[in-house]
Amino acid sequence: MDLSLWGYEFMRNAVLAGAFGGAACAAVGVLVVTMQLSFLGVAIAHAAFAGALCATILGASPLLGSLGFSLAAVAAVGPLADRGEFGPDTPIGIVFSLTLGLAFLFMGLLPGPRAEALDLLWGSILTVSRAEVALLAGMALAVALLVILFFKEIQAVIFHRELARAVGMPAQAIHYGLLIAVGLVITVSLPSIGGLLVFTLVLNPAAAAYQLTYSLKRMFLLAAVFGVASTWAGLLGSSLLRLPSGATIVLVSTAIFIAAAAFSPKRRVKKR
Amino acid sequence: MRSANEQNPPVAIFVTNAVVAYREDVALRGVSLAVPRGEWLGILGPNGAGKTTLLTVVNGLGRLLRGRACVLGRDISRGCPAALRRRIGYVPQGLRIDPRMPISVRDVVRLGACGRVGLLRRPRPADERLVDFWIERVGLGALAGRPIGHLSGGEQQRAALARALVQEPEILLLDEPTTGLDRVSREEILELIRSAHRERGMTTLMVTHAHRKAAALCDRVVLMKEGRLWAEGPAAALLREEVLDRLYGAEGDGG
Repeated sequence: MDLSLWGYEFMRNAVLAGAFGGAACAAVGVLVVTMQLSFLGVAIAHAAFAGALCATILGASPLLGSLGFSLAAVAAVGPLADRGEFGPDTPIGIVFSLTLGLAFLFMGLLPGPRAEALDLLWGSILTVSRAEVALLAGMALAVALLVILFFKEIQAVIFHRELARAVGMPAQAIHYGLLIAVGLVITVSLPSIGGLLVFTLVLNPAAAAYQLTYSLKRMFLLAAVFGVASTWAGLLGSSLLRLPSGATIVLVSTAIFIAAAAFSPKRRVKKR
Repeated sequence: MRSANEQNPPVAIFVTNAVVAYREDVALRGVSLAVPRGEWLGILGPNGAGKTTLLTVVNGLGRLLRGRACVLGRDISRGCPAALRRRIGYVPQGLRIDPRMPISVRDVVRLGACGRVGLLRRPRPADERLVDFWIERVGLGALAGRPIGHLSGGEQQRAALARALVQEPEILLLDEPTTGLDRVSREEILELIRSAHRERGMTTLMVTHAHRKAAALCDRVVLMKEGRLWAEGPAAALLREEVLDRLYGAEGDGG
């Protein structure tokens, strides 16, 4: 097996970025999957992408632009879904189409070549810098602390938000706090990992973990393991078989999901 | 209302002229009610009478459009603070729980203690003992580790009751706690509510759609119809065939 690529700094950075980004995205994935807001990840990723493009046009920091747009997406989806006039799918769909439209608009307005913009969309895990790795490490740590410190609140809000409120927990604040955390993780991961890959790493490991356990704690752990395993196996596979890294990671994480679904004890559970 | 004040026990719940609307649907049309501390009040009435809405006015989940609500000495007309909600247990009508939900019966019952425990703190051993106590007491000891979504409707109802009682509430709000249960479970649950109500000296409000036996256990019943209080008084006086026939309409589904 040819592991000589490990000698290169870009590969070491990619491996670390994959581990930190994979684990953090998978952990927030548990939130969106259990809160049945899976599509929120896509909407936020597109909002962050549009925000980065908008900031680039204005000559501002793309990260700040992403942050602003993704938090605005969260701020729009939350109350619209809360009002109960439609299920959460509808406002998420509206925000998604709006941000996609804005992204195309900003791409059109972007002067010069668009390679940088497309990098944001398709990902460039092999070009992650040391500073980006440090940022991803900080993000992964923050997510781990969030889950550990607020575990019982997360569990309560996932189970039933109204009930969490009824027992005297600040359920609304927790709910919005979690949505903002999802937005932040996606935004911070976007420039290093890419929009497509971020969405895969948010959804697939958490969905695979959801198939395998009835314990929320174990679900967080399994999802993080699957997230890291997807990126590492994907990077290894891509370097051995000379395939594009992002696409290989997507395929590996999908394979993990399919295997989890096939062996899921929950397949035998009938819907009541 | 006046009689409750005249007897002079401290009043746990005091609602005056409450109006609640969900967009164009008016759910409560000027309801006034006083519930003395320690009373077990039954609330009966047909579908759409506003029974559930009245409960949510008490725990602040429902917003008053007009009128006033005072609960445990606090005016909650403009919202019920979390600290007060901790003192009010709530068993809503059968929740639909995803059978794949990665949360166990024990986790759900423990939720009752979480408001009291507060942010950034873990439940203390005393809280865990209380969780164990109520899980055993509602008869779910053998199922405590099971995913909550795998339980039958009746078992989920027991878990909901245990969760509300772990809260050690001063007021207990029960929304049709015996719906969907077989006769034996129904009687067990009612007995459990009765003993908890007595032991803890709680003020208990129990909505029951059509279960006359349950209502007969209450100190007092109020009958509701179309968002208004239709009648109130002792159970024996109101739970008569002709009264219920008039409340529910001629077909008399009040049994």
